[in-house]
Amino acid sequence: MTVAITVQNLNHYFGQGQLQKQVLFDINLEINSGEIVIMTGPSGSGKTTLLTLVGGLRSAQSGSLNVLGQELAGATAKQLTEARRHHGYIFQAHNLHSSLTAIQNVKMGLELHPAVSLTEIQTRATDMLEQVGLGDHLHDYPDDLSGGQKQRVAIARALVSHPQLVLADEPTAALDSKSGRDVVTLMQTLAKEQGCTILLVTHDNRILDVADRIVNMEDGRLTKTALALTEI
Amino acid sequence: MIKFIQQLQRRTPLGWLQLSHERGRLVVALAGIAFADVLMFMQLGFQASLYDSNTRVDRAMAADIILLSPKALNLQNLSTFSRRRLLQALDVPDVQAANALYINSLTWRNPQTRLNATVQVLGFDPDQPAFNLPQVNQQLDKLKLPDTVLFDRGARGEYASVITQLDQNQPVTTEAEGRTLTLTGLFELGASFGADANLMTSDQTFQRLFPRRDAASVSLGLLRLKPGADPDQVAAALKSHLPEDVLVLTAAEFVQFEENYWKTASPVGFVFGLGTAMAFVVGVVIVYQVLSTDVNAHLKEYATFKAMGYHNGYLLSVVFEEAMILAFVGFIPGAILPLGLYALAAKATALPIFMTVSRALLVLTLTVVMCILSGAIATRKLQSADPADMF
Ligand SMILES: Nc1ncnc2c1ncn2[C@@H]1O[C@H](COP(=O)(O)OP(=O)(O)OP(=O)(O)O)[C@@H](O)[C@H]1O
Ligand SMILES: [Mg+2]
Repeated sequence: MTVAITVQNLNHYFGQGQLQKQVLFDINLEINSGEIVIMTGPSGSGKTTLLTLVGGLRSAQSGSLNVLGQELAGATAKQLTEARRHHGYIFQAHNLHSSLTAIQNVKMGLELHPAVSLTEIQTRATDMLEQVGLGDHLHDYPDDLSGGQKQRVAIARALVSHPQLVLADEPTAALDSKSGRDVVTLMQTLAKEQGCTILLVTHDNRILDVADRIVNMEDGRLTKTALALTEI
Repeated sequence: MIKFIQQLQRRTPLGWLQLSHERGRLVVALAGIAFADVLMFMQLGFQASLYDSNTRVDRAMAADIILLSPKALNLQNLSTFSRRRLLQALDVPDVQAANALYINSLTWRNPQTRLNATVQVLGFDPDQPAFNLPQVNQQLDKLKLPDTVLFDRGARGEYASVITQLDQNQPVTTEAEGRTLTLTGLFELGASFGADANLMTSDQTFQRLFPRRDAASVSLGLLRLKPGADPDQVAAALKSHLPEDVLVLTAAEFVQFEENYWKTASPVGFVFGLGTAMAFVVGVVIVYQVLSTDVNAHLKEYATFKAMGYHNGYLLSVVFEEAMILAFVGFIPGAILPLGLYALAAKATALPIFMTVSRALLVLTLTVVMCILSGAIATRKLQSADPADMF
């Protein structure tokens, strides 16, 4: 089994000088390809910070951070941007572009990849929206969609390029329990189909069962209580 | 190249979609650009009409080479030089004729309103046509009578009934300098910034109107050359033959001389240049407002795109796409409106104001520069779209 993410001795600080504050302490984590890992932990413990580091949205300051075979510690801004193209992001807020229709939003996830032709973009975006159950809403603007529908468009946008890694930060926080559940199940099915690795942060105990493994963050440290569900 | 077009086809026209999604903002932006364009067109139009109208008399002169005083500034401030220079000019082999033109401004009584007004009087020997104006040359005989003048149909001021009367071949009389002048015919030159109206008359009548002006001191010398002679060569020969107290210019140089006066010595060119610059700045401010509001409104979306792996350059291209769309779409009403305004202004001021292709291209270029400049300032805000804040 190949390894998708290797984090070694990762520390992270916010602020400068006197105001400097350490938020991540000696993080070590290994995630295999195809694994769904859920990260939980109290508010302010550093989950989002770790997720943004893994996703190349922040540059790592010390330690080693290998994501999909690329070392992100010490990478240039341009390298980080390129690296992000292999990840799919699902944010707490859907963050769809309000001037674009559902399908235009999804297409934006494919336009980044020059190898994909115009017709392929069109068909893949349509298929993807149909898979998330929005085949009837291709040309709706986000403002005309419900919260759950918007989040499903966001998932379609994140997954349409078949990323090897999906990062999600509380994707169900803005949704009621039923649509939250639907969204997570959807992510799980699609990810299993495409064989991608998922790292998901959540406070929502009802969705923990989709995980292969749960890790817990506390005060900037990953606690050892993490255990692989599959091994139980 | 083909690859580039394919890339373009794949690309979602994000700038256009963003603009067209916010109809209200788009309309405001386009109105602002059109407004700036109209202002620029009006300023540049007036400026061009200034140069055009002030060289109209100069361009109508029947001369290949023109002699004038070195102290001359423009048509209204020519000073004088000795008539003897004209006779001397005839010594140069290729010079066929040398005629005097007398110019002075005259306060006369407007025949229609009976109020004082200032007109420009052009006096010359009616046996020698001084202008390439068929209307004038057909009526030279009328000028041979004392105290008769021809009147400018394009004059600025209340002369409508005078013109109607003259059109019906009824002479009109009025007073100037204590003499009775008879208007016997019409020609067309038009008003300029320097003179509201032109009168053509004989050198004899001119002398009687301005007794203090010496007939031996002429305003301009109009030289005609033998067919086939090269004006530049003859002008060079004249320069070496004539003393320093007279300036030798070819007809084209003379027009340029007049134009340069208005371009530099007078503040008018500067004023219109400044007006154009201000219209440009107004445009930059309006477009900047619209674009920066738009960037602010989409900061979250832009940060998301960055998180997805789009480079900063992509976001820049979106802002510039918006800038270019605004420039070209805003230019359309901005160029159509002035057509009507030019017609209105031409009617109101009797100045030759009209649209030219080169001016339209100039304003289009300025509009594009204006929008790109605003876009460039607006993109500075893109830096604050930080994808790390997105989670
Ligand atoms: N940009 C920043 N500058 C300074 N401090 C920050 C910044 N972002 C986060 N922090 C601090 O770092 C710590 C960890 O924040 P983080 O957002 O990673 O927590 P979290 O586990 O995601 O919390 P939550 O569950 O509330 O989202 C917090 O104490 C927070 O105040
Ligand atoms: Mg968080």
